[in-house]
Amino acid sequence: MATQSATLDVNGEAREFQGDPRQTLLDFLRLDLKLTGTKKGCDHGQCGACTVIVNGRRINSCLSLAIMHDGDQITTIEGIGTPENLAAIQRAFVSHDGFQCGYCTPGQICSATAMLKELAAGWPSAVTEAVADTPAPSDKELRERMSGNLCRCGAYSNIIAAIREVMQSEKGT
Amino acid sequence: MSDSYDTPDQRNLLDQTAQGVIGQPLARPEGALKVCGQATYAAEHDLRGCAEGVLVGATIGCGRVVRIHRDEVLAMPGVLAIYADQAMLRRNAQGTAGEAPIQDVATVDYYGQPVALVVAESFEQATAAAKALRVDYDVTTDADFDPAEVEYETSEEPDELGDLDRAMNEAAFSIDRTFTTAAHNSAAMEPHASIADWDGSNLTLYGSFQMLKYNVKELADSVDVAEKNVRILSPYIGGGFGSKLGISHDAASAALAARDLGRPVRVTLTRQQVFETITRRSETRQRLRLACDQEGRLTGIGHEAWVTNLPDEGFAEPVTQATKFLYAGQNRRLALAVGRVHLTTAGSVRAPGEAVGMQVLEAAMDEMAEAAGIDPVEFRKRNLPAELPGEGLPYSSRMLSEALDTGARSFGWEQRHPHPCQRREGEWWIGMGVASAARVNILSKAEARVTLRADGRVLVESDQTDLGTGSYAILGQIAAEMLGVPIDRTDVALGDSDLPAGSGSGGSWGATSTGSAVFHACEAIRANLAHKLGVDADDLRLKDGLANGRPVTDLLDRDLVETGRIEPGKTMKDYSQASYGAFFCEAAVNAFTGETRVRRMTGAFGFGRVLNAKTARSQCLGGMVWGIGSALTEAMEFDHRTGRLMTHDLAEYHVPVHRDVPAIEVILLEERDAAASPLQAKGVGELGICGAAGAVASAIYNACGVRLHSFPMTPDKLAKRLPDPFGV
Ligand code: FES
Ligand code: FES
Repeated sequence: MATQSATLDVNGEAREFQGDPRQTLLDFLRLDLKLTGTKKGCDHGQCGACTVIVNGRRINSCLSLAIMHDGDQITTIEGIGTPENLAAIQRAFVSHDGFQCGYCTPGQICSATAMLKELAAGWPSAVTEAVADTPAPSDKELRERMSGNLCRCGAYSNIIAAIREVMQSEKGT
Repeated sequence: MSDSYDTPDQRNLLDQTAQGVIGQPLARPEGALKVCGQATYAAEHDLRGCAEGVLVGATIGCGRVVRIHRDEVLAMPGVLAIYADQAMLRRNAQGTAGEAPIQDVATVDYYGQPVALVVAESFEQATAAAKALRVDYDVTTDADFDPAEVEYETSEEPDELGDLDRAMNEAAFSIDRTFTTAAHNSAAMEPHASIADWDGSNLTLYGSFQMLKYNVKELADSVDVAEKNVRILSPYIGGGFGSKLGISHDAASAALAARDLGRPVRVTLTRQQVFETITRRSETRQRLRLACDQEGRLTGIGHEAWVTNLPDEGFAEPVTQATKFLYAGQNRRLALAVGRVHLTTAGSVRAPGEAVGMQVLEAAMDEMAEAAGIDPVEFRKRNLPAELPGEGLPYSSRMLSEALDTGARSFGWEQRHPHPCQRREGEWWIGMGVASAARVNILSKAEARVTLRADGRVLVESDQTDLGTGSYAILGQIAAEMLGVPIDRTDVALGDSDLPAGSGSGGSWGATSTGSAVFHACEAIRANLAHKLGVDADDLRLKDGLANGRPVTDLLDRDLVETGRIEPGKTMKDYSQASYGAFFCEAAVNAFTGETRVRRMTGAFGFGRVLNAKTARSQCLGGMVWGIGSALTEAMEFDHRTGRLMTHDLAEYHVPVHRDVPAIEVILLEERDAAASPLQAKGVGELGICGAAGAVASAIYNACGVRLHSFPMTPDKLAKRLPDPFGV
């Protein structure tokens, strides 16, 4: 199989992809770049554990091939914060116990980060009542928008509480 | 001092200590790692030269492998080897097995069973090769795949008391109902994965397991090496829920391949393989007979269950476990029968027994209360026995009544209409339901080491695992409390089989058992400190690194190291022990489509001392989410002609998602249960699921007047029986 190459911007660093064109973005991150913060829960776009942010939009990295991302800006959980310097959303997940096993967590956090931008930009969702208005983020609205990220530990209530806290503090600043 | 816990420890030492961290809602110490993606799960350990293994599943439901077309696939790029080894696991190990499960993959017992492992340089190569591998089979044509078609055999002597038939005949009110529940998969978010690495005859396995001391034995036995040559590392586990109690296919095949190839091998199950090959919770059929007198006092309880498993499996879902102790009624019959089918191995899935037994018992109790014309909360409270029926044992501690009252108050139970179809909002019927929660409490043998270091820091070590359950948090809190050390000067090392053997995580016993071992180790250190100070142990006051006012470090010229132990003893036999609670649910049922939405849920729980209010609450929350899944969506559906699992991924097997789960209220009740453990704590990991779906079922009835006796209560089942949506 002919190898092909691409250059991806991962968390602000240029990373060379040169390999099997069948490799998913998810496996490239996890296996080649050793960025194992992005998780594989299903490899079929069914769980959201592999969510990363590509050019500002959240995607399931298991459903995308690495070779397709030449020139793209990828943000993974490692680019959001570090244990020494947690992002606000990460702090909120810790204080609200927005996880148990932690396996869905990087995906939830990446997803929530992009979701808040979608909300701010006025994107409607399936439960938004009036499409013309900026969606008023009810809990139902947040839940709908986060439903692509499964959590078998069932930390959902705490995840929504954590996201709310971040929304409130952002409003305050 | 004997390790066996024979007399309740009434000292309540953790109420006398001064540090004040026990029970506090502290954040998990490993939380920052988890939210940053820095916690390393099984498949993520970085080993040089690691080859990638992908398992190949059988495309028949029963039979034998007659030929594997190896050569075609060995010629594919990057392929290193194909294994179809006699030592590979045909089934995974049951919880606490401690020995190899059934091996040899030349025989096929169920559809999807691994029959070969393909190893290649890269994951893509291995995946392509595994897909391309042709396997010829000799198919057994008369195998049984349908639980409705097989014979059932009694699994153990039925538990009989008095004369149930007579009680039913003479009852003022009685019900006799047969329910079904679907088979369930744990579906932990992290698929099972192992990386095996040999150094001479020593095997290190990075895996995702719940009970390392048993897993070492299972793996050593499977690959035929001595236990001392096997080390398992499982520092972080992406959820277990029973599915990682015993070793599974990935572990043995990775070890065998790595030994043969002389390099590390990683094997990760695909999501479909997790569904098809990892222990399922059996589907059940359950007959409930309840009889009561005019005043609503139960006179008879019958709970008979039919479950399935593969031939030669000893496990039978213990459906009636909680029925034995929960309610009064002098005439009883509890029975369990097993049928043999060629479907995935049945084993422990979160709260084996109670998870499906309680939801059915509680749904039946709702019907009984209605028949007797009594409020279902009151009906339950009226039927709490003074002692264990038939055996006369006392209850160690039981907060069920308090849970029902507290939960009812907080939920607003008084707003419930006693009759169905009374509340309508637009196209939705709204109703409320209640259920009791109960889960047996078990103490398990455990060992842990605690070090009070000369610099005043504390280190807790055990092979105990943390599946998200909170072990890292609570074991540190116990040690910090007992030794008077701030929590940020406490370190906890877990998940390494070289460390002292904890209880492992299963049966909700991890926190209390390994926690008690930590407690005992700390007591030994306290005794030593008291001796150094020349005071009585009772007069020792440890707080913030000070011992009776003096810096502890002044007393230490070296590290103090103690190993603590506990074993179940007489307290397990002298008392009926369980954790209790109550669920309240408000559900909306669409009058046209039968879609059910859970709108509110409250759970109130009493499980002895709360060790960490944050992680304990999360355990309860998670359990209730499982209850919603069990009530409304989760079902393993098999094709009964072939044994093939049709719902073998997360698109088909519906675990609750964000939109399915409302804000859930959890109330933790103050309780001390000295018979359960020297911590006065009981198990909480499974309690939140035990009965929860019963509250949803009763809320559905109260909303729309339909009693379904079949879980999950999907729209197709409900829609057929809904009342005329315009008829009110
Ligand atoms: S791993 Fe990508 S959605 Fe599940
Ligand atoms: S925290 Fe375990 S799956 Fe979400």
